[in-house]
Amino acid sequence: MLNPQLNKNGELQHLLSIEGLPKSIVNHILDTASSFVGISDREVKKVPLMRGKSVFNLFFENSTRTRTTFEIASKRLSADVINLNIQASSASKGESLLDTIDNLSAMHADMFVVRHAQSGAPYLIAKHLIDTRQSHVHVVNAGDGRHAHPTQGLLDMYTIRHYKKDFTNLTVAIVGDILHSRVARSDIHALTTLGVPEVRAIGPHTLLPGGLEQMGVRVFTNMDEGLKGVDVIIMLRLQNERMSGALLPSAQEYFKSYGLTPERLALAKPDAIVMHPGPMNRGVEIDSAVADGAQAVILPQVTFGIAVRMAVMSILAGTQG
Amino acid sequence: MPTSIKDLDAEALYQVLFGQVRAGLAGVPDAAIVGIHSGGAWLAERLAADLGLQQRFGSIDVSFYRDDYAKKGLHPDVKPTQIGFNVDRATIVLVDDVLYTGRTTRAAINVLFDYGRPARIMLAALADRGGRELPVAADFVATTVALAPQQSLALARATDGQFTLTIEQDHA
Repeated sequence: MLNPQLNKNGELQHLLSIEGLPKSIVNHILDTASSFVGISDREVKKVPLMRGKSVFNLFFENSTRTRTTFEIASKRLSADVINLNIQASSASKGESLLDTIDNLSAMHADMFVVRHAQSGAPYLIAKHLIDTRQSHVHVVNAGDGRHAHPTQGLLDMYTIRHYKKDFTNLTVAIVGDILHSRVARSDIHALTTLGVPEVRAIGPHTLLPGGLEQMGVRVFTNMDEGLKGVDVIIMLRLQNERMSGALLPSAQEYFKSYGLTPERLALAKPDAIVMHPGPMNRGVEIDSAVADGAQAVILPQVTFGIAVRMAVMSILAGTQG
Repeated sequence: MPTSIKDLDAEALYQVLFGQVRAGLAGVPDAAIVGIHSGGAWLAERLAADLGLQQRFGSIDVSFYRDDYAKKGLHPDVKPTQIGFNVDRATIVLVDDVLYTGRTTRAAINVLFDYGRPARIMLAALADRGGRELPVAADFVATTVALAPQQSLALARATDGQFTLTIEQDHA
């Protein structure tokens, strides 16, 4: 299958998905990110790497946190960043996605950071840029439909590596709405690529997609069983809109079966870490005592996310088309 | 007079450089030693130890400040820059193994200024091979060598800390 993420030399040209990325590239991103972490503590919180480059944040779907961290990452790399509020602009006037891209390319964009409700939209853009010989322009997928959220997956891996050092002896549990979660999908691919021997998915039948076993994932519908002896717990946000459908009875009912409480956390290893991509629903998927507790690394995830996005953007911008 | 290639005894050259830096820093307040990855950082680490400046040692990776990023992309093996002392008002000896075009030195000076405003920056190199493309000169240099453009000089550090210098032929 065509992998438009890599150029003919196998270098990272676009970041669309962790699926299909060689382990060496994942490690290169994580290693580079560790060099960017210290920059936030300096007198001047900027490096000149992307001076004169223009980064367009194209958020066809709302996301304050992801957009903000991409904006900060761009600015710390000295790039010029332009945020487009797509809902209020051309798309609502009927312009097609690729016409929007061509117009922005004509404004000499160097990189598009794309968030879209449709799975595959960033692929479509990357393929269009390659087909129209605009391969000097790079695409970063900032979340597409249910498909992938690769920078979230990478920052989760950075966080796990920071606290656990080695991936090859870990048991990692992903808990919640796996079915609708692009974060879960990206995490599973990343954990598998990095050699994590046991990945578990925990959730109600209605929120577990088919085919998890084929991806090498152990599936649990009983949370207490699934949490036994794990090193890392990745909680997922329960999307409120699922509640209105037939998939779940109620938030209280969900919390009773799948909420992470201190009692449940005690089933994991004593040094287990608790992660969450945000935004959190306290009292729905996670108890406040856990979210604010000593084992939670949810805020460090946000901080590392900036360094990881700086690494991704600086590697892409340095790759020739 | 340029040193001939067979005379490149890295340990002897280190002693020469150490003597120069020690004399140059005599009586200087707030002195610090910062090396450029990787060879310069090894030299700086040993200089800092020999000068009793272990608490005033730092290392720099210039990858985020290079002027050839647009052409060559990001270096595949970036190391974290570590400067654990206050750069403001410090007299910093910047250490590189081989001084060539001066572009790495330019980038390293920019890195230092993003940490603060030093009182003074001095430059030390084990070998100066000429070929400058920027107005950069070393304050301390152990030797000068004449090399062809396709040759490069590589510093290595053995597990026991001993330095060696070798000439490498670049594959063009």
